[in-house]
Amino acid sequence: MRYQQARWADDERLEPLVFELSKAKRTGYTLPPKAPSEVNIPKKLIRRELELPELSEPEVVRHYTRLSQMNYGVDSGFYPLGSCTMKYSPKICEELAALETASCIHPYQDEDTVQGALELMYKSERYLAEIAGVARVCLHPSAGAHGEFLGMLLTRAYHKSRGKERNEVIVPDSAHGTNFASAAMAGFDVVVVPSNSSGRVDLEALRRVVSKRTAALMLTNPNTLGLFEDEILKIAEAVHKVGGLLYYDGANLNGILGKTRPGDMGFDIVHFNLHKTFSTPHGGGGPGAGPIGVTRKLEKFLPVPTVEHDKKRKRYYLDYRRPQSVGKIKSFYGNFGVLVKAYAYILLMGTSGLQEVTEAAVLNANYVMRKLQGVDGFEIKFDASGPCKHEVVFSAESMNKNYGVKAHFVAKRLLDYGMHAPTYYFPPIVPEALMIEPTETETKEELDRFIAVMKEIADEAKSHPEKLLAAPTATAIGRLDEAKASREPILSWKMYRKLAK
Amino acid sequence: MKKLGLIVNPIAGMGGRVGLKGTNGADVIKKALWLGAIPVSPGKAAEALRVIKRSGLDFELITYPAEMGTDEAREAGLKVRTIGNIIPGNTTAEDTKRAAREMLAENVDLILVAGGDGTIADVIEAIDTRVPILGVPTGVKMHSAVFANTPEAAGDVAVRFLREELPLHAAEVMDIDEEAYRQDRLSAKLKGFAEVPYEPTMVQATKEGSTGYELADQKAIARWVFELMEKGRAYILGPGTTTRAVAEELGIYDSTLLGVDIVRDYKMITRDVNEEQILWAIEGKPATIIVSPIGRQGFVLGRGNQQISPKVVEKVGKENILVIATPQKLSSTSTLKVDTGDAKLDEVFRGYIKVITGYRQSRMVKII
Repeated sequence: MRYQQARWADDERLEPLVFELSKAKRTGYTLPPKAPSEVNIPKKLIRRELELPELSEPEVVRHYTRLSQMNYGVDSGFYPLGSCTMKYSPKICEELAALETASCIHPYQDEDTVQGALELMYKSERYLAEIAGVARVCLHPSAGAHGEFLGMLLTRAYHKSRGKERNEVIVPDSAHGTNFASAAMAGFDVVVVPSNSSGRVDLEALRRVVSKRTAALMLTNPNTLGLFEDEILKIAEAVHKVGGLLYYDGANLNGILGKTRPGDMGFDIVHFNLHKTFSTPHGGGGPGAGPIGVTRKLEKFLPVPTVEHDKKRKRYYLDYRRPQSVGKIKSFYGNFGVLVKAYAYILLMGTSGLQEVTEAAVLNANYVMRKLQGVDGFEIKFDASGPCKHEVVFSAESMNKNYGVKAHFVAKRLLDYGMHAPTYYFPPIVPEALMIEPTETETKEELDRFIAVMKEIADEAKSHPEKLLAAPTATAIGRLDEAKASREPILSWKMYRKLAK
Repeated sequence: MKKLGLIVNPIAGMGGRVGLKGTNGADVIKKALWLGAIPVSPGKAAEALRVIKRSGLDFELITYPAEMGTDEAREAGLKVRTIGNIIPGNTTAEDTKRAAREMLAENVDLILVAGGDGTIADVIEAIDTRVPILGVPTGVKMHSAVFANTPEAAGDVAVRFLREELPLHAAEVMDIDEEAYRQDRLSAKLKGFAEVPYEPTMVQATKEGSTGYELADQKAIARWVFELMEKGRAYILGPGTTTRAVAEELGIYDSTLLGVDIVRDYKMITRDVNEEQILWAIEGKPATIIVSPIGRQGFVLGRGNQQISPKVVEKVGKENILVIATPQKLSSTSTLKVDTGDAKLDEVFRGYIKVITGYRQSRMVKII
């Protein structure tokens, strides 16, 4: 299998920045001749120079086309980034979100002029509530972690309303890092419970830790090992018995759509990642949407405003009269463009379609699991008997031990075959973890290609480990200094220029 | 010019390949040689020295004769000043201790010690923490947190320390009873602490950790314990660097590393107490025990803190024991152990306990 990513470079200098390509007077844009004179702008706010790059239209188009060719996304190929559900996003959802009636409305517009938008939010809420088995949903959170934080605020409000100060949130050691952070941000102490040998919550440890101090348990189901928490009803009972709440992290909802519902498992607060499960799409730091669903007893604490429907007057409206609400958590009502895409996706799929999503996602993950099981270098650390749900976690521990090839290098080598890397080194309870989530949108041929590549990499680890240690070499950019990139990010032309000086 | 001391224990590591789990004691060495063991330590020490040579660092190397350092330095192409006397081919623990003392007298900035836990323990016994040390891993048992991950990494860390690029931190020196170990019993002892250049990615103390820096986690734990403290309650601080961080958070800088201290109302009450003194100090007053497990072995009680006896534990009450440990430390030991000397009491501790792992963070860990 051969792959070579485009590499646009002049000598060794990669495609320059658009500002560096700029040549005076080659202007490709036109500005209004004069600022509208009736607008009273203070003098010191008016800029004489805009410092926009000056390029002709073809230069601009080529520049961005080249950059896109040096990029990689779900539209380019296989993207098995575990726990992220990098499924293909249908283009029709993008088109609908781009409609003027969706993209050009203003949050301060009079309610009567945005009835369609309100109806869309109202119905999205109801669909999501039905999917999760909860009473009510709030669409405001603009990211997954934002939703988690709201979930914790609701937890606090609930206990406070009952006159109880509860300060502990329990999180399994396989949980997403954001769970710990969200609980801490909301002022809770975090207690970690270990996983048992089958990769599920250790019920004995959980029963030992729950107490009158327990505010909630945050749980992902299926968990980050791609395993269904089959003792979920006992887990729920243990937490509810002491008066605690059960919080559902929606990262892995793609593994159970239409098959079971968090609400039916006993969860009180349910979190969604629309950008994962409902493909709105995902990546690049947003925009995302992390709605939160709640059972009846928590409804009154939801943020304001809610979207309501006046049946008599056949009119949708925003309701701010909720005295026990935790208040506002976002300036307006959620990332509307993202909500439009999720709504379109749900309508596109329908009930049976969503069920099929999960069936195909789980089947694909199990296919990869079975085909890679027994390949020297990749092992399953917990419950290898299967089936798994939507993702599978392999460990490259023996590969590292025997051949000095870490999971990190396997991930980098995959890029040389034109595939995105899986999530690696997560969950932290698996040494040298490679977390593979194929999603439902991949064909058997694509999965076979991935499996063949993984086997080839396992062979290379033995015969030519140097190839893995040098990877990636077929990409536009080779091995990055990742520590430097995250410690000294240069995110704008301004920062770049400052550093150059 | 900086001075680097070098002590090579030439017989370290020989017991490993022949399955003897260590090379402490003359009989064991004989047995190892008889089983066909070959010296491994000199070669590994030379690897570390070659990295130092390549760095171009200007420094003076001071070492002991023949296979205890001079031979290895020459093999790596380094100039060396030899001090002391040994009988080549028949070096002992006494030679290691004497070498360490003489290097202390020479005012070296760092001693590179090639060996295992036993060698490090000998050096610490001779010079305590008066000179920083760094272990070149050449032994069989290397439970102490003073070893670099590899000989090359040791060379690298030494160079960076001599260039004043790295700070120092206190690291645990462990040794286990080899005789017991050979019979499959694990009996770990905390031998002391060493001052070691701090480079978490290359020195093995935090090799398993990936969640951040151990020092930062210790501070976070200390802050949380500080906030949990109540007025009028006595706090019995066990040994170790994690509990020392708690003392420092209280503004107490003369706490003992290896001993047990008692603090109350943010003040030191008594330093380095024995069992009797603890019992006297907490008589009729509320008290809490704060202990941290020994790295890798996971003993919470009964190793290095025997002053906190069954009597003390019973008086304080199991519910008033705070166990604190960084995530790094816990990652090296998935379960904890107690060995108070009272089997009934040990039984009470079995099962899950809550261990404080950070600021307002804890983790359920099983005591087996």
